[in-house]
Amino acid sequence: MTAHILLSASNISKAFGGVQALKDVSITLNRGEIYGLIGPNGAGKTTLFNCLTGLYVPDSGEFIFDGAPLNSNAPDKTVCQGIARTFQNIRLFPNMTALENVMVGRHARLRSNILSDILRTPFNRREEQATEDESLQLMRYVGIAHRAHDLAKNLSYGDQRRLEIARALATHPKLLCLDEPAAGMNANETAGLRQLIEMIRADGISVLLIEHDVQLIMRLCDRVAVLDYGELICEEVPAVVQKHPRVIEAYLGSGAHA
Amino acid sequence: MKMTARFFARLTRPLNDGRVHWLVWALLGILLAVMPWIVAAGFGNTWLRVLNFALLYVMLALGLNIVVGFAGLLDMGYIAFYAVGAYLWALLASPQFGLHWPMWAILPLGAGVAGLFGVLLGAPTLKLRGDYLAIVTLGFGEIIRIFLNNLNAPINITNGPQGISAIDALHFGSVSLARPIDLGVVTIPSLVAFYYVFLFAAVTIIGIALRLERSRVGRAWAAIREDEIAAKACGINTRNVKLLAFAMGATFGGVAGGLFAGFQQFVSPESFGLLESVMVLCMVVLGGMGHIPGVIFGALLLTLLPEFFRHVAGPTQQMLFGKIYIDPESLRMLLFGLSLVLVMRYRPSGLWPSPQRQREIQDAQHVDAPAAVPVSHK
Repeated sequence: MTAHILLSASNISKAFGGVQALKDVSITLNRGEIYGLIGPNGAGKTTLFNCLTGLYVPDSGEFIFDGAPLNSNAPDKTVCQGIARTFQNIRLFPNMTALENVMVGRHARLRSNILSDILRTPFNRREEQATEDESLQLMRYVGIAHRAHDLAKNLSYGDQRRLEIARALATHPKLLCLDEPAAGMNANETAGLRQLIEMIRADGISVLLIEHDVQLIMRLCDRVAVLDYGELICEEVPAVVQKHPRVIEAYLGSGAHA
Repeated sequence: MKMTARFFARLTRPLNDGRVHWLVWALLGILLAVMPWIVAAGFGNTWLRVLNFALLYVMLALGLNIVVGFAGLLDMGYIAFYAVGAYLWALLASPQFGLHWPMWAILPLGAGVAGLFGVLLGAPTLKLRGDYLAIVTLGFGEIIRIFLNNLNAPINITNGPQGISAIDALHFGSVSLARPIDLGVVTIPSLVAFYYVFLFAAVTIIGIALRLERSRVGRAWAAIREDEIAAKACGINTRNVKLLAFAMGATFGGVAGGLFAGFQQFVSPESFGLLESVMVLCMVVLGGMGHIPGVIFGALLLTLLPEFFRHVAGPTQQMLFGKIYIDPESLRMLLFGLSLVLVMRYRPSGLWPSPQRQREIQDAQHVDAPAAVPVSHK
């Protein structure tokens, strides 16, 4: 029954001072799904992301991921459990090369320690070579292999977005969380991004997507959750969400659906 | 500025070219091997001592470079680890407690204890960055010095401000480096013997630093330097990796400290003041933060330059004006300060930055880089 559920968040709440950013939010995400998370600005989408990925500790509630509870306040453990993310305002390592950025993404999956790094054991050499090969492979996958040796900050905006996705994929996630990946992209770039996300899903990675681009959400997502003022107002397939009175109210104000 | 950049590029090109590689290294090796003999014969023992100190500073600067250059954690109290290494040697190999442990036991122990102190410093500062971290580390450095200064009562451990003297020199078995070593064919003067030991230690440390730079942990350090939150999101346990940087840097300091004590045969708290920490930091920043050849260059330069000024300042005035107007000792620091200002003004990324860092600076000058600021929605 629950085997198809990858992630379930139950009753997540988080307040900052007097602001209730999340109120009892519960969602479930199935394996292989592209799951959209939408809502007006300030609805708590990114807060939910941050709680999920261990950057914030929720005040209450818990996440069950792949059958095991998630550690809060331990982003590195969350990554090991199989959740990777990108950021709304791109957070690359600007003065490292694009390739190095992706190689950092492999960190949690590597076994070398400081001693084998210093001694350059045969195991260490093999692992480093494999890391580089696989990172290049990932850059080819997202379509920016030709920029591998450029500094990350010198990549174009769209390429930076792709690089961040490659870095997240390097952690071998089961769930990839994208925080507004299409923000600031033109129609062409957005179309390319859509293809990339579909390809990622086809390769067996579930995707959790925060996005403002409604068209993208509607075309891409299997199901969509809508947040407003920290509350979940509906969790449905896109066609239903589009016509849901509370969603229309949240976006356009009350009276709009009258 | 562009010309100097090109000059350095040309200078370092042979190092990257496979064919001349071994030849350059062989020549460098021979040069380093005969260096102490030339210096001793041509300039006297004073300069040989300076050279030995330069090697100690190379080790220190490379240690601090791990913390500041690689991991981006501004540490203003680095000299404390040097002090820990030096005092450990002093206490375990001197009449102070009547202990005379062998070198192979003290040096690794000194490295370990210094590393432990590195963790002690790191643990409470994990959430601090930049200026705040600088202030805490500065305090830490002073605390260590003040402890050393005052641990002569109620139980006399460090002998207070008088310091510890009559420390055993570095020694291999019964062969002490404090006396000339007779090898039958040649007799190696004491200072030259110290030089070889220091050179060996420095080369080992350079090797370790180079390997760490291009490794899993080296990338993790760089990631933390660049963006700590993103580093966490990449699965890096930033707490452990930062502590590792502090510990690793401190280890280098501890080894250098032990060698220092075994060389000077005397330690006192005043060798480990704030100015020393600042000096090592200057070597790192001036040479080229994060770039190992640059840091080595910075350490050598900042050790040799003040000595050079000291020896030149007096005689030059005498020659030019017939009498000495400014005390050579003050003039030396004046010139030294001036050169720091000039370098930072005209080569802000250091005298010999990594090619990557050089690109950054150039990019910043020709701002045709793509806009990296996301267009805000609505």
